[in-house]
Amino acid sequence: MNTGENPPTQFVDNDLKPVGHGRMLRKEDARFIRGKGRFIDDIQLPGMLHLAILRAPIAHGRIVSVDVTLAEAHPKVKLVGTGAMLAEHGLAWMPTLANDVQPVLATDKIHFQWQEVAFVVADDRYAAQDALELIDVEYEQLPVVVNARTALEASAPVIRDDLAGKTDNRCFDWETGDKQATDAVFARAEVVVGQEMVYPRVHPAPLETCGAVANYDPIDGDLTLWSTTQAPHAHRTLYSMVAGLPEHKIRVISPDIGGGFGNKVPIYPGYLCTIVASMLTGAPVKWTEDRFENLTSTAFARDYVMHGEIAATKAGRILAIRTNVLADHGAFNGVAAPTKYPAGFFGVFTGSYDIQAAHCAMTAVYTNKAPGGVAYSCSFRVAEAVYLIERLVDCLADQLGMDPVELRLLNLLKPDQFPYTSMTGWIYDSGDYESTLREALKIADYAGLRREQAEKRASGELMGIGVSVFTEAVGAGPRKDMDILGLGMADGAQLCLYPTGTAVLRVSCQSQGQGHETTFAQIVAEEIGIPPADIKVVHGDTDLSPFGMGTYGSRSTPVSGAAAVLVARKVRDKAHLFAATMLEVTVADLEWRKGSFHVIGDPAKSLTIQQIAKWAYGTGQLPDGVEGGLEAHIHYHPENLTYPNGAYICVVDVDPGTAVVTVRRFIAVDDCGTRINPMIIEGQVHRGLTDGVGMALMEMITFDEDGNCLAASLMDYLLPTALEVPDWETGFTVTPSPHHPIGAKGIGECATVGSPPAIVNAVVDALKPYGLRHADMPLTPSRLWEAMNGNAQPPM
Amino acid sequence: MQVTMKVNGNDVTREIEGRLLLVHFLRDHLGLTGTHWGCDTSNCGACAVWLDGEPVKSCTVLAAMAGGHEVRTVEALEQRGELDTIQRGFMECHGLQCGFCTPGMLMTTRALLDRCPSPSQEEIREAISGQVCRCTGYATIVRSVQWAAAEEAGTRTTLATGETP
Ligand code: FES
Ligand code: FES
Repeated sequence: MNTGENPPTQFVDNDLKPVGHGRMLRKEDARFIRGKGRFIDDIQLPGMLHLAILRAPIAHGRIVSVDVTLAEAHPKVKLVGTGAMLAEHGLAWMPTLANDVQPVLATDKIHFQWQEVAFVVADDRYAAQDALELIDVEYEQLPVVVNARTALEASAPVIRDDLAGKTDNRCFDWETGDKQATDAVFARAEVVVGQEMVYPRVHPAPLETCGAVANYDPIDGDLTLWSTTQAPHAHRTLYSMVAGLPEHKIRVISPDIGGGFGNKVPIYPGYLCTIVASMLTGAPVKWTEDRFENLTSTAFARDYVMHGEIAATKAGRILAIRTNVLADHGAFNGVAAPTKYPAGFFGVFTGSYDIQAAHCAMTAVYTNKAPGGVAYSCSFRVAEAVYLIERLVDCLADQLGMDPVELRLLNLLKPDQFPYTSMTGWIYDSGDYESTLREALKIADYAGLRREQAEKRASGELMGIGVSVFTEAVGAGPRKDMDILGLGMADGAQLCLYPTGTAVLRVSCQSQGQGHETTFAQIVAEEIGIPPADIKVVHGDTDLSPFGMGTYGSRSTPVSGAAAVLVARKVRDKAHLFAATMLEVTVADLEWRKGSFHVIGDPAKSLTIQQIAKWAYGTGQLPDGVEGGLEAHIHYHPENLTYPNGAYICVVDVDPGTAVVTVRRFIAVDDCGTRINPMIIEGQVHRGLTDGVGMALMEMITFDEDGNCLAASLMDYLLPTALEVPDWETGFTVTPSPHHPIGAKGIGECATVGSPPAIVNAVVDALKPYGLRHADMPLTPSRLWEAMNGNAQPPM
Repeated sequence: MQVTMKVNGNDVTREIEGRLLLVHFLRDHLGLTGTHWGCDTSNCGACAVWLDGEPVKSCTVLAAMAGGHEVRTVEALEQRGELDTIQRGFMECHGLQCGFCTPGMLMTTRALLDRCPSPSQEEIREAISGQVCRCTGYATIVRSVQWAAAEEAGTRTTLATGETP
């Protein structure tokens, strides 16, 4: 294991990474800094029409009538679509990624506020909006279920009466771990601490909203769909299944995407409406949702009520963890998680600790709120799991009067325990958790911080120090365990070396800002030795890239990244055969030095990969049974997830007069195994830390008792700006994964997952003088003020 | 109605609706899609452009109001094939990821450097506080602006992340 210093800006760690081509700036930046990115709404096609969606202003009710006469009469309107019209084509409902169904346009019932009711297609976007006003819909309101805690009461109205035999709002029950064994440990434990905590509903809110441009060619029957999708190939398959279009005639293009964070994984009604509109009008049609639509109708995240308990000895040895979770899934089960994991990877709630037993029982319910659930860089609910365990450990430290760092050090898994099978059956690949934590303590000067805190407390100032030590589970996933709607979670990659020695890599995942055009070129460059500048990465177009499941859950590096390594090795192996033929030696006589094959013992006799590429397409006699050309293809199933880890320390100051929290310092030490591009890793960590500040202190999608969404704009749904976040301090350790060909692990969501508990722990620590043990996010000044005055309330 | 304005140095005249927002005028009528649109409430700053040399949110300006004025967008930062220093700063210091906020950030921070050639970290954060970036966590944007400031002052000693001396 290497321990890195806290990198100052001039830090150079090229030697520590495998991609030894020196510092690598991002290839994609050249277009973005010139304003030449190509995002969905930038696409203009000749004769293109614009689509807008009418949404229901009520949260629960029946549609009595929909009158579109006036809208149809608008001079600029080309088409008005309703649920009834879609029903005629069998398209009124669509499957969700969790095997539930959801209306494309409501036919008879509204299930959540701002659900899709009708669409208008017009000559321009303003006219389309005008015509929405001309549609007259009459509703009959029904009682509303907003609070998950009351969703299963006998008096609660049944939201999903479309499901045969449904008599309540139960979505599913799920459990993991060993209840009996866990209860037995709890029964004899010296110390048991329990805490209820809410992870509020939040929204990923990428800066670019969702949208699509559909262009259907009625002559060939070809559909081209540009859409804000993190999973173009999976979407293509689903469109084929839903709309009955032949899959080979559908081309899904995911152009430049202005941030995804899980918001752009599901298929939204707007995409299907856009396709239908193009098919019916014979013209290209564009739909771009506005921010209000994005926040109120697309994939939310979290919304878990968790009751957790932790059992330990008096000396602080953690023995067991158990939890009951109430999960609010909204009106339709729209989680984008592997089929066998209805609660995503929440099962990793045992965290980074060596314990004896664990159990979780979960009930998920339907409510009159927008669907979604797995989004906002949560790594399929690892965010909720990490929050639960890291808050519980702090509650235990409080109970025992122990320092939260000492308590953690006592219980962390040790390096020799890996691969480690957790009490809920997850196989952690590798880690050196103590070193990671010690690195963070060093950067933070933890002892110094505690001294400073003691001095400040003495003078009435509220300074808090919060720690979180987390283990992530990313890179879905192994074929035997993981699928979405029956599609195994494998990724394809194709690599072609051209005669002049430059290369094109085609990958199935695509980028929403991760910089794949750069990092994937680096991966291939390392494996075959040609410069990254000579490698073009093609992605985000189903006609131009191999099948794969897309970019979410931090799976690009663990799955597609591994595919890129292995496909490059296939090419190298073929080049090895050619080199032996060209040099008239055996394969065993040759050794590979990055970029060339050398005859062992006669290193002057060598061939570069570029020379071999040229020969591969030439006229020389090929080895027996080997085709010419220099290209390869792979469809890669990972054998396991990867388990990056981190140790975070947050320092806050709380104003005792206003309850305003200032994050003064934040130290993040991450271990994502082998580091491909340190600059990009640091950027991804910074992003997640900012998410953490948002979720812990500012963000919440909230509703009134009638189901009105109260966070429908960026005035009400507060996102961190440059003023709310500190100058991040990052560090790293490197513990390669044995389950990845270059030892890399996913990093994209670690900080989003790991930072919220560090911030909440810091705030609770600051408020120790107030006797506070827990307060639910978001810790806005008003909510925290109530907590300081003994009136802590769960968020609604 | 007819509107005439100077956009990136060129006179443009178009027939428009009075309610048309400047952001849509630039994007849909002039094809200048570098200026983005990210919210309905003037909170995100993805749409920032210059109006007579001052950064404004083009979603809060009617195209008609820009008539007779001078608009500058991200597309005009590069001059005669030379990137503006601020553009280079963002590339050097990883001041962008998805690139959606970037045009707005570039316009605001270029304006900052024009009036304050060596801004402090606080001044940079203040200058972009009306804008949202969902990807970078802002620290690298701050570094990008500092890089550009030092480059223009000829005093650049610090290197960007991972840069070899
Ligand atoms: S589009 Fe958000 S501020 Fe203009
Ligand atoms: S780079 Fe994505 S929003 Fe700023």
